[in-house]
Amino acid sequence: MKILTYKTRQVKAQEHSSFYWLINDLSVFIERSLKHIFKNKDQLLGLTVQPIMFMMLFRYVFGGAINTGGTTYVNFLVAGILIQSVAFGALTTSLSVATDLQRGIIERFKSLPTVSWGVLMGHVSADLVRNILQSVIMIGVGMLVGFRPTASVTDWFAIAGLILLFTFAISWVAAIMGLVAKTIEAVQWLGFFIIFPFTFASAAFAPTDSMPYALRLFAENQPVTHIIEAVRALMIGTPVGNHIVLSIIWFTGITIIAIPIASYLFRQYSGR
Amino acid sequence: MDQSNSTIKVRGLTKSFKDLKVLTGIELEVKRGTVLALLGPNGAGKTTTIRILSTLLRPDGGDAFIDGHSVVKEPDKVRASIGLTGQYAAVDEYLTGRENLEMMGRLYHLSRADAKIRGEELLEQFDLEKAATRTVKTYSGGMRRRLDLAASLIATPPVLFLDEPTTGLDPRSRLAMWGIIEQLVEADVTILLTTQQLEEADMLADRIAVLDHGRIIVEGTSDELKAKVGKERLELTIRKDNYEKAIQLLGGEVVQKDPQRHLVSIATSGTVHEIKRVLEKMEAATIEVESMSVHKPTLDDVFLQFTGHGAEANQNTEELTNA
Repeated sequence: MKILTYKTRQVKAQEHSSFYWLINDLSVFIERSLKHIFKNKDQLLGLTVQPIMFMMLFRYVFGGAINTGGTTYVNFLVAGILIQSVAFGALTTSLSVATDLQRGIIERFKSLPTVSWGVLMGHVSADLVRNILQSVIMIGVGMLVGFRPTASVTDWFAIAGLILLFTFAISWVAAIMGLVAKTIEAVQWLGFFIIFPFTFASAAFAPTDSMPYALRLFAENQPVTHIIEAVRALMIGTPVGNHIVLSIIWFTGITIIAIPIASYLFRQYSGR
Repeated sequence: MDQSNSTIKVRGLTKSFKDLKVLTGIELEVKRGTVLALLGPNGAGKTTTIRILSTLLRPDGGDAFIDGHSVVKEPDKVRASIGLTGQYAAVDEYLTGRENLEMMGRLYHLSRADAKIRGEELLEQFDLEKAATRTVKTYSGGMRRRLDLAASLIATPPVLFLDEPTTGLDPRSRLAMWGIIEQLVEADVTILLTTQQLEEADMLADRIAVLDHGRIIVEGTSDELKAKVGKERLELTIRKDNYEKAIQLLGGEVVQKDPQRHLVSIATSGTVHEIKRVLEKMEAATIEVESMSVHKPTLDDVFLQFTGHGAEANQNTEELTNA
């Protein structure tokens, strides 16, 4: 072991306004989480291979048996599978939060003169980037297997905006799930029980009018269906109804509620 | 602000988790540039104390002052002057060693340039230069702990909390860690560390505080504690039919006897001369000594002396705290 030069190079923390440090700390945490996307092989695989497999599964295995009326199944499918992948993708935030808790790294961040809840913001931001990448890949693959969108440039911007809003809201919910579950195993169960019903009991893979009454009532009125129908309408020109407005209300509302809950749980956490 | 020459001052700290009283009034002082070891079994309250001093946990009562700042009223100022290394290497698995250190430097609000320079210095000093560009996932346990400690030193904080810094390390890594801690003290860092091993406290600490059931039962230098617990003991196993004769011969020197296993213990300074004297005495009386060993006072002895129970007795408490 070499000799420590602790005193010879005395470094000092800089003096800046607290707003400056807020931006500094958030950007450090965001940078950290973005690095995880490319360094964590599981994440990279989940980002690319899994959605493509789902696309193939529904397009070629189940698709032929599902009646989507006037539109082709692949045109119907892309909006649904996009939103479903984004929702499951948000579980990465839950997993990252739970991993950070388990490894004690959140405790360490909390002992620093830092805006430590920024660690959540970092994971959520990485989700945004990851989901944009994933959505672009999925739309590309969709086009290879027959997806023919009719959206204008403005429509695509609206689609991007809706997906970002949805990701942002769901990622904060996912952050709460990570803080509540605390372990990777518990996240997997919790995620399955919450994300699964909302994405499958929806208009993602089949039109809701073929569903039994009670299920249909749920599927037609839950927020995930609204966002799917809104994106679908913008992509292929199906009737848009009030889906866009309802999506914005739902997911803005969820964000407004989820952020304070997440930060409360984060502040309350005091170690294992 | 608190004007005293103690860098760490702890006053009447109490903390309960639900019905379980974990700390029942901790009082401590650590002078600048010295090491205090908090010694105690699992569940005694060591980690809870460290968590309160590093602002992760609010005490129910009392307060503590780090470098003059109250952990209750000025947690941000406390955070700027401490480094914390926990029982688990809390470093980012997916980042490289270098990236971890730079990230920590920036979170301590060093400039980018300072964070970089300090990072390189620490990588060199902690023998992690070659591994600097590898992700931490590929590091050994010892390397992770070194990186963990390096991360808490990046902003050269004047106060360092080390929670069981050598638990789970192999002997070589443990020695390396001790070496680092000694150097930090020379550089005038004030250290509070927790340990379960009397040997470790003995090696590193200027003063030792023994914690049991949430309170300090005894505090002093290593020598003071040992004087209270008793000296080293020479344990002799005597051939069965010589046992009574040996007891008679040693007389007042005997501190403990176990007739069933024909063992006898006597207080000793532990020097070769002492041991030779005792063995020669036995030899002269034709008493056959089957085996002998020298025992240093252990954590168990300290506990037996001050609490009347061994160090294992707190196991249940620990399970409750972790629940």
